[in-house]
Amino acid sequence: MTDAPKRTPLYDLHVELGGKMVDFAGWEMPVQYPMGIMGEHNHTRTKAGLFDVSHMGQVILRGEGAAEKLETLVPSAMTTLKEGKARYTFFTNPDGGIMDDLIVANAGDYLFLVVNASMRHQDIPHMADNLDGIEVTEIFDRALVAVQGPAAENVVGDLCPAARDMTFMQTMVADINGVECRISRLGYTGEDGFEISIPEDKAIEICRAFLAHEDCEPVGLGARDSLRLESGLCLYGNDIDNSTSPVEASLTWAMQKRRREEGGFPGADRIQRDLAEGAAKKLVGIRPTGRAPARAGVEVQDLDGNTIGSITSGGFGPTVGAPVAMGYVATKHSEPGQKINLIIRGKAQPAEIAALPFVAQNYKR
Amino acid sequence: MTTYYSEEHEWLTVEGETAVVGITQHAADQLGEIVFVEQKEVGDDFEKGDDIGVIESVKAASEIYAAVDGEVTEVNETLEENPGTLNDSPEGDAWIYKIKLTNTDQLEELMDLDGYKAFIG
Repeated sequence: MTDAPKRTPLYDLHVELGGKMVDFAGWEMPVQYPMGIMGEHNHTRTKAGLFDVSHMGQVILRGEGAAEKLETLVPSAMTTLKEGKARYTFFTNPDGGIMDDLIVANAGDYLFLVVNASMRHQDIPHMADNLDGIEVTEIFDRALVAVQGPAAENVVGDLCPAARDMTFMQTMVADINGVECRISRLGYTGEDGFEISIPEDKAIEICRAFLAHEDCEPVGLGARDSLRLESGLCLYGNDIDNSTSPVEASLTWAMQKRRREEGGFPGADRIQRDLAEGAAKKLVGIRPTGRAPARAGVEVQDLDGNTIGSITSGGFGPTVGAPVAMGYVATKHSEPGQKINLIIRGKAQPAEIAALPFVAQNYKR
Repeated sequence: MTTYYSEEHEWLTVEGETAVVGITQHAADQLGEIVFVEQKEVGDDFEKGDDIGVIESVKAASEIYAAVDGEVTEVNETLEENPGTLNDSPEGDAWIYKIKLTNTDQLEELMDLDGYKAFIG
């Protein structure tokens, strides 16, 4: 990418807070603040972290039958998504691979979508071209922030009491400090929390109000990655991509029964075949036995030295206190507890298939 | 006893033909929180520029490059259990190797403290 990285409405606040800015998917984002990745990770697990996720694409779909039409692009049930509720799903391609993962919220008279920063340029035309009669509007004038962690309810609830009564995957429009925001009780850290869409000119003011709470600290992309990895959540481009089917990625739970049976989405043939016959490979958790972190690209072997897969995400898990990873292995090797070897810098290091998530998810159901 | 610094952010405190080797505080700060160190073994020899170990932080893996030719005579084994000491005391307790120098002429190509400070700006 030759263009200068873009800045979110919170850029000045990141700099003021000592954020170490890096280029991420064409955006200048804080990878960490002075507290450091480990400290920010632990703070989010025990109290609350504030994340800028404004680089992600916010999209509105408006028009007659939007949910029904969206079902032609995703394998999840959209017509049964109740007003005020959100759902995780993904765009599939004709080969049954995953084009991007996203959140869809039923906002009443429209659908509100959040897509990955790196895939905005693909997803917007994909929807505009394929959703006949639906107005696809990308929102450029709103920030998106996440408040995540066990204290998130207090941090957000102190400014917006109604947020306390929300449950996981609920969404609503409410005022925070007199500013109309969209608040959704979800996130990507495995912790309870909220994602909040804020008019760009009020974003810094509202973030300052969150940070004024003694339990809330700013958290960068570094800790966001270790938090989602420990929680077994897929990173698009690493753990899922155009070649992986949702069945391989253990995302079958996101395809409701009617959709699995009826099909009617791109790549339904392959996905239904994977469902019926089982996929040849599967996304699993991997726990290295030693201390060496195993990162994306590391080869996985069985104990006889045969290649059985590779790691797609990996690093040190601060809450686990040890290295953790995710990757694909041949299905017959995917049972938790199976011993494997990881080839790190040319040497075989012992490891074990592990159940996901590594750290229990802590949502408010 | 003289301490030298390399452009790869290592320090060597040299006494005669032996040296203690580690990474600088600046390097440790840049790496972020260190979670794993992979070291060579006693008796391993190496040439200047060779990869003689790996430091893994929460962010990424970084190689340690030899600043001179030599042979490992002692390994700081405490780093295996406590890699985080490399953040706290990289120029003290958290030294990485003791080595025997096999080409002391190479020391002339390294920097002194003032030179290193200027190098890292």
